[in-house]
Amino acid sequence: MQIYLPIAEMSVNVFLILGLGGGVGFMSGLFGVGGGFLMTPLLIFLGVPPTVAVGTEANQIVASSVSGVLAHWRRGNVDLRMGLILTAGGFVGSTLGVFLFRWLRGLGQIDLVISLCYIVFLGIVGSLMLVESLQSLRTSRKAAASGIAAPRRKLHQHTWVHGLPFKMRFRRSKLYISAILPAGIGLFVGILAAIMGVGGGFIMVPAMIYLLGMPTAVVVGTSLFQIIFVTANATFLQSTMNHTVDVVLALLLLLGGVIGAQVGAKAGARLRGEQLRSLLAVMVLGVCGKLLFDMIVVPDEMFGIGAGGKH
Amino acid sequence: MKAAILLLLSCVGLLNAASARAVEPLVADLSSHLVAITTGFAGTDVLLFGATEGEGDVVVVVRGPNRPETLRRKARTGGIWINSGNAVVENAPSFYLVAATRPLEDLASTVILDRHQIGIDHLDLSIRVKDAGSDLSEYRKALMRLKQRKGLYTDRVHEIGLLSQRLFRTDVHFPANVPVGTYMVEVYLIDKGQVVSAQTTPLVVSKIGIGADVFDFAHQQAAAYGIIAIALAAAAGWLAAVAFKRG
Repeated sequence: MQIYLPIAEMSVNVFLILGLGGGVGFMSGLFGVGGGFLMTPLLIFLGVPPTVAVGTEANQIVASSVSGVLAHWRRGNVDLRMGLILTAGGFVGSTLGVFLFRWLRGLGQIDLVISLCYIVFLGIVGSLMLVESLQSLRTSRKAAASGIAAPRRKLHQHTWVHGLPFKMRFRRSKLYISAILPAGIGLFVGILAAIMGVGGGFIMVPAMIYLLGMPTAVVVGTSLFQIIFVTANATFLQSTMNHTVDVVLALLLLLGGVIGAQVGAKAGARLRGEQLRSLLAVMVLGVCGKLLFDMIVVPDEMFGIGAGGKH
Repeated sequence: MKAAILLLLSCVGLLNAASARAVEPLVADLSSHLVAITTGFAGTDVLLFGATEGEGDVVVVVRGPNRPETLRRKARTGGIWINSGNAVVENAPSFYLVAATRPLEDLASTVILDRHQIGIDHLDLSIRVKDAGSDLSEYRKALMRLKQRKGLYTDRVHEIGLLSQRLFRTDVHFPANVPVGTYMVEVYLIDKGQVVSAQTTPLVVSKIGIGADVFDFAHQQAAAYGIIAIALAAAAGWLAAVAFKRG
């Protein structure tokens, strides 16, 4: 069954889009990630214009983050204060990102920047995650063999960032740090989220753990909380400035995504954390490798066509 | 539908046979003057039919509204492929299809084909190249190739069926990604290398129904559209969380 997407201006198979939403939803439920970093490249691969893929995916992430954050909220795993400061930075960042997106599109370099962002950040995050999860797999195996528990880690290391002004107390995160740091992280991830058409959870979560030193329990809930507002802002700006949000496509994707995420979460409960993370790392590196390969290998078509001659 | 068209076809034929004066050497029409892009749109065929009086071959040209296009060429920089040069085409037809009873080169000279812009090699395009590494003909070839790959430009001259040298018919195919606008369907009667008669019929390609409403709303009330998109997504997310909590 074909359906015509009014903004993307193309005809797609309904079941293909539902299946895509379901598949990526399954992954996101399994690994506890947003899935935007998989969905946006897949949509572009299907022939959806990159600009529409990025704008629409921002809209879909609003839905999946709202659905995800409610469970964390009930368990008290959202640091509201931290979330609000990250959101403040994220708002500015995503606004800058949408303007940057528009400017790069005019230059004809938006596809390049999207690909490069994906390669760099998926490469870094994927490698770190793989190394970390393999190490913890090894230590837990050793610990099990020798019968002693892994050594308890310090809450966080003290570094130069703790000397910054505007210190604030974040009770849920058990932190007393400068507000500049989370605002800066929010800003940076906001820019990337707007350009890459992702929620930015895959950068935000490691940044919160390793840079801010937040306890793992509140990280995912707080990250989801701020992603709602950042992607809502990106959706609004993409639809007013670039007219690239396709509601029909977003609704189809989230219908499949919601069901997939629930199935994925059930399947994920049966696997161990380290195994999950190493699997996710392999997948992230796979996407990264594919994009890198496409950039380096000689393309079959040297020319490309873009809409409009507005310069 | 088919029967009605056939009836219509034969009527046109009879009409022409009856009028011994033969006022019009060429009569043609479309089975529909509107291509409606509805929610379930996956491309469509429009039947073009007509009759000729006297000798000659029939050529049909379907032209979509002109649009500026930007072409970009990739080149290797620092090991990766980057868009390096570009060209702007001011007046590329958004859709172009040719059908004829015989190969074009057998019908008329290049001069005649150029004058009427019949065939993709005879399109009059103004291309401004801003690229030191390539030239106009490369960009022109690339434009044709890319448009053909999208199914928007004809990759060959389509056949026109002739009945007893008088009645003709051809199916014009519009793919799912057909651009909207007012199209011109030109029918030429060519005899001994000269265009002896021509007729132009407009054809409207338009979005109809919910899809069209969504598109118009997204462009005219962009802020409201954005807010509704966010509200819809938030509501769907909340609904999902509630539904699956119970389940």
